[in-house]
Amino acid sequence: MQEKHTMPAPARHYFWNDPDKRALVFQIIVTVAILGLAFVVVENTLSNLEKRGITTGFDFLSQESGFGIIQSLVEYDETHSFGKTFIVGLLNTILVSVLGIILATVVGFLVGVGRLSNNWLVARVCGAYVEIFRNIPLLLQILFWYFAVLRTLPSPRQSLDLYDTFFLNIRGLYIPAPIFQEGAIWIGVALLLAIASVWVIKRWAEQRQLASGKTFPVFYTAAVIVIGLPLLAWFMTGQPVHWEVPALKGFNFRGGYAVIPELCALLIALTLYTASYIAENVRSGIEAVNKGQTEAAFALGLPKSRTMQLVIIPQAMRVIIPPLASQYMNLIKNSSLATAVGYPDLVAVFAGTTLNQTGQAVEIILITMSVYLLMSLLVSLLMNMFNKKMALAER
Amino acid sequence: MRKATGLAAALALTTSFSVISSAQAASTLESVQERGYLQCGVNTGLPGFSSPDDKGNWKGMDVDTCRAVAAATLGDADKVKFIPLTAKERFTALQSGEIDVLSRNTTWTLTRDSSLGLNFAGVNYYDGQGFLVSKNLGVKSALELDGATVCIQAGTTSELNLADYFRQHKMEYQPVVFDTSDQTISGFEAGRCDMLTSDQSQLYALRIKLKKPDSAMVLPEVISKEPLGPVVRQGDDQWFNIVKWSLFAQLNAEEMGLTSANIDSQKKSDNPAVGRFIGKEGIKGKGLGLADDWAYQIVKQVGNYGEIFERNVGEGSPLKIARGINALWNQGGIQYAPPIR
Repeated sequence: MQEKHTMPAPARHYFWNDPDKRALVFQIIVTVAILGLAFVVVENTLSNLEKRGITTGFDFLSQESGFGIIQSLVEYDETHSFGKTFIVGLLNTILVSVLGIILATVVGFLVGVGRLSNNWLVARVCGAYVEIFRNIPLLLQILFWYFAVLRTLPSPRQSLDLYDTFFLNIRGLYIPAPIFQEGAIWIGVALLLAIASVWVIKRWAEQRQLASGKTFPVFYTAAVIVIGLPLLAWFMTGQPVHWEVPALKGFNFRGGYAVIPELCALLIALTLYTASYIAENVRSGIEAVNKGQTEAAFALGLPKSRTMQLVIIPQAMRVIIPPLASQYMNLIKNSSLATAVGYPDLVAVFAGTTLNQTGQAVEIILITMSVYLLMSLLVSLLMNMFNKKMALAER
Repeated sequence: MRKATGLAAALALTTSFSVISSAQAASTLESVQERGYLQCGVNTGLPGFSSPDDKGNWKGMDVDTCRAVAAATLGDADKVKFIPLTAKERFTALQSGEIDVLSRNTTWTLTRDSSLGLNFAGVNYYDGQGFLVSKNLGVKSALELDGATVCIQAGTTSELNLADYFRQHKMEYQPVVFDTSDQTISGFEAGRCDMLTSDQSQLYALRIKLKKPDSAMVLPEVISKEPLGPVVRQGDDQWFNIVKWSLFAQLNAEEMGLTSANIDSQKKSDNPAVGRFIGKEGIKGKGLGLADDWAYQIVKQVGNYGEIFERNVGEGSPLKIARGINALWNQGGIQYAPPIR
């Protein structure tokens, strides 16, 4: 204690002379100002809504909806609640987004690789595809598929059919639906077993190749196991799965699954549009891989397809994945254009009909926006994880 | 202490915002008169109610409701800016102040009147929901429509009535929901749906848009009550009264036999009711905050209710809808207006 008194007294130390503390103060001021602003916006909205006699709150979610929805992945009819319409709309959005992402990725990769093909015709066709679909507004493409293409299909009574099992008409595509009876569970068990054994075989084949250099036809073995085992189970349990074939009853086909034309139009348009961007990502990714890699692979005697599969694509993925994530998010957000053709997605059902029947715009738009935000963040998270896995492992 | 200063600054900032935001705009009448024209929300295209003609002028019952309000408030029925709205957009447009009056074949219901912060100012057309089907379906009654696919407009009472009707009769249906009535009729025409449901007046209006109007027919069933009328925001009673009495003036004029053609010659009439109507006697325009000749201007420039009806949806129009319940109360209908005195 004594010692400290003998030290020369420091110059008076003000907090604003310390850059760290100064920064902290400014940050607090900004945070408080933003929070204050948010508070005022919310407060102001609430008081104005009340002043104008507009109902607020989330009570409407448990009220009976009173309207029907053409496509629902869960059980729904007009006696269910407005909250349920949210679930139905959300699932429809997820359905078209997931299908769209899968299809767009497949088409995008094929076209992207095709653009670099040595075959003049393939390369030009893929190039033309990209230039056409990338440069026409998506909304027009959706309307084109819906009004110009699907509207030319025949009426239910003149349906196009395939072996009297699949039917295509202006009301949609009707396909048989499986009906599971007792014992059908064993087919599922067999399928899981098949997948597990394929995984084991793949591990074994990789290790054997590393040790001895001998290759094993994993793909064909896997195909036989995955198709064969469930088929075997099907016969052994006495064929417990039947197919419900759609049939024309009254005005429409009943039974089986119906794929409505609104979903088809939206899915085709989203797939083709997004695939044209993904194709360009893939092409740039492949071109970013040094040509020396190809030459080295050829020098080792790898055939062209194996070079692509083992050397080029794994390296190209590092360039492809980050922009791929944003294309996926674009696809999810673009799926809200569904409302233009009457596909019952989240925006059409929840932010459309439900909003209009309840009049609670602020709550519903808030919920809808948060859901899209969450979905995009989720995709971003998953793609970042995937990216980390694929990133160059530094040794 | 330092944090408190920041907080105080933030509070000062926010209070200045709330002062700005809580400053309310002038009354609707004042802002319309200052602006010089009326902003009126109408249908995007429904023949007979609101649709632009080949010269781009808006025509129809709902359009004339707007024109009557403009004639009463501004003395000129042409000073209206028509804002076409879909069913989904209409209430938000009115709530947010984008329009002064919503006159877009809107059904008056308890939910809408009580929870949207809006007021229905009256009924300019009594309607009911019906079904339009293609003749080659061979259907004679809506009860034969089990399993049908239905084209319908999003955000309408039709959507709810349809569900009620099919549920009540234990029938199944598949709704194909579009944003505009044009889309519903094109979906119907293409065969996407077996039938189209909407208010009956709309069905007649949409039917004439078909390439072959005779190929479709309106079924006899009327499954709901659809009183259609203009809507205003809650909280401005003066404006509410103006819109309400613009309708009543049309009905009173028809009842008194005043038309756009004869109202000038009636100016010297000895009938005290006519004198009150054209603003020579009585309360005149004072109570509404309007010019004394507000009702005269409506009839002179737009016409009485009968004229408006016949011109837009009645015998003088392609729709040829009968007056039915929309006739005056003393002629077998239910259109009735309180007296102007």
